[in-house]
Amino acid sequence: MKFIVEKIFYVLMVLSLLLVFAFLGSILITIIKNGWPAMSWDMVTKLPGGGFYIGKEGGVLNAIVGSLYIVGASTILGLCISIPIVFFVNIYLKKDSKLASLTRLSFDVLYGIPSIVYGAFAFTIMIFFGLRTSLLGGIIVITLLIIPIFVRSMDEVARQLPKELLDATYSLGATRLEAIKVAIRQIAPGITTATLLSIGRAIGDAAGVMFTAGFTDSIPTSLNQPAATLPLSIFFQLSSPTPEVRERAYAAALLLTIIVLVLSIIGRMITYRFSKNKIK
Amino acid sequence: MDVSLLKRRLLKDRMTKSFMFILTILSLLVLVFMGIGLYMKSRMILEEHSLWSLLTNADWKPLSGEFGFLPFIVGTLAVTALSILIALPISLLSAIYLSEYAHSWTKRVVFPVLDILAGIPSVVFGVWGTLIIVPWIADKLGPHFVEYTSGYTVLASGIVLGVMILPILVSLFIEIFTIVPQDYRDAAASLGATKWQISTKVILRKSMPGIIAAVVLAISKAFGETIAVLMVCGNYAEIPHSLFDSCYPLPALIANNYGEMLSLPLYESALMFAAFILFFIILVFNLASRIMLQHVEKKFKL
Repeated sequence: MKFIVEKIFYVLMVLSLLLVFAFLGSILITIIKNGWPAMSWDMVTKLPGGGFYIGKEGGVLNAIVGSLYIVGASTILGLCISIPIVFFVNIYLKKDSKLASLTRLSFDVLYGIPSIVYGAFAFTIMIFFGLRTSLLGGIIVITLLIIPIFVRSMDEVARQLPKELLDATYSLGATRLEAIKVAIRQIAPGITTATLLSIGRAIGDAAGVMFTAGFTDSIPTSLNQPAATLPLSIFFQLSSPTPEVRERAYAAALLLTIIVLVLSIIGRMITYRFSKNKIK
Repeated sequence: MDVSLLKRRLLKDRMTKSFMFILTILSLLVLVFMGIGLYMKSRMILEEHSLWSLLTNADWKPLSGEFGFLPFIVGTLAVTALSILIALPISLLSAIYLSEYAHSWTKRVVFPVLDILAGIPSVVFGVWGTLIIVPWIADKLGPHFVEYTSGYTVLASGIVLGVMILPILVSLFIEIFTIVPQDYRDAAASLGATKWQISTKVILRKSMPGIIAAVVLAISKAFGETIAVLMVCGNYAEIPHSLFDSCYPLPALIANNYGEMLSLPLYESALMFAAFILFFIILVFNLASRIMLQHVEKKFKL
């Protein structure tokens, strides 16, 4: 009897794993099949022309550049803020410190908070300071959104720092700040993975920038102009009644998927290469 | 030794420490500020209407001053519950297979696939939903059950969300299963248990708190998902009565109305109240599940 049950569930398990593959396959095939025909150089090199949203000429360069601006700036800001936090928690604080576990807990919670809530929160702050939807607003909200991702994934690596390594540096008379210089080499793969992970999430986020970065057909030239983003561009084009515009939304979705996939492949390669010369 | 150099090094060390300390505290305060900020913004609507009436009123007519959040709350709950119902069995079975049965080369193939699935932006899930799931429900599945359905339904949102949380659940489950010591498996096997019996009677039972915590995390992920659900849910502010009715979850409500928000202060306050509900529920869920997970880890670390 128990062997029959074993067989049945084995089949069920394989089926469910295949189902996971089928979902991924279906998503990729759908996006490629619908996106590829509408893909063209115009899509990536031109701004939306007059009447773009009723099917006339143009591309989504505004959204590509807007996304790059926001993602680039917030990744740099996020790194500058989260690396010190990770080092503070792992090197300056003791292993059983209350503050360290409080920090970890609240970053876990922040990580779980949906981007729409970040968006709404940032929007209230912007109103408070009299800011309108702008590139700056988008950068702020995406920075807030990705700091928890940075901290959590770097912390996971930093926690595994060999205690002996730090002790050895201290015994040579190094201050803790100087010990960080040694530790950073060990955490480097963690930092790259975290960066790519955050870029992936930042570039795909729509709900956060909806309130804060707004949308525009031109490329922003200063921080207080609104900026378009790829996910929002896809979303707006998709709600158009014109079939040509919707097809271009599929092409933009394909573009976004390719960007995210390439990032995740690069991330995998870097992690693999860096982790070779790591002290276990 | 040069004393001034030593002093400078120590001073640098101390300055970095305080700088890092301030950054850490500030980042902790974000959570506090977020809660306070959203609450302050939603106070206006809470003064006009009681909390109870806001949560139980089913009429959403912002222009005539009626703010009933019940349709949105029911919509959110229905969609979230459905997505968990879909994703839980699939992810549990896959995770058991991967951690207990699979060869290491299977894992080497499957983990990148899970990573890719987890990395796909939600708007792409939404596009997939509108192209595949919605027509399938409207043309193939719906007619068997109801006279007419647009396809933009609770069911479509549940499926899309379910697929979105699959990779999170599978990788969390695998992590939890690997914490269970190998000795337990060996002991059970030596008593003649089959692998499936080991998996259900030992692994699942031992990691139950972890599984619950993972599910709670997935629930909070599903709760807040906006853009993908917005694209397939139909955005209709009525309490859905079947899987084939349209619905209108809370995040979609906020996202859809952000433009109109400014013209009516009470309306804005209502939307911020919606954001506050999301914030509060997710805060409680996350805290509970994290504390549970820490508990599990401690138990096995000995």
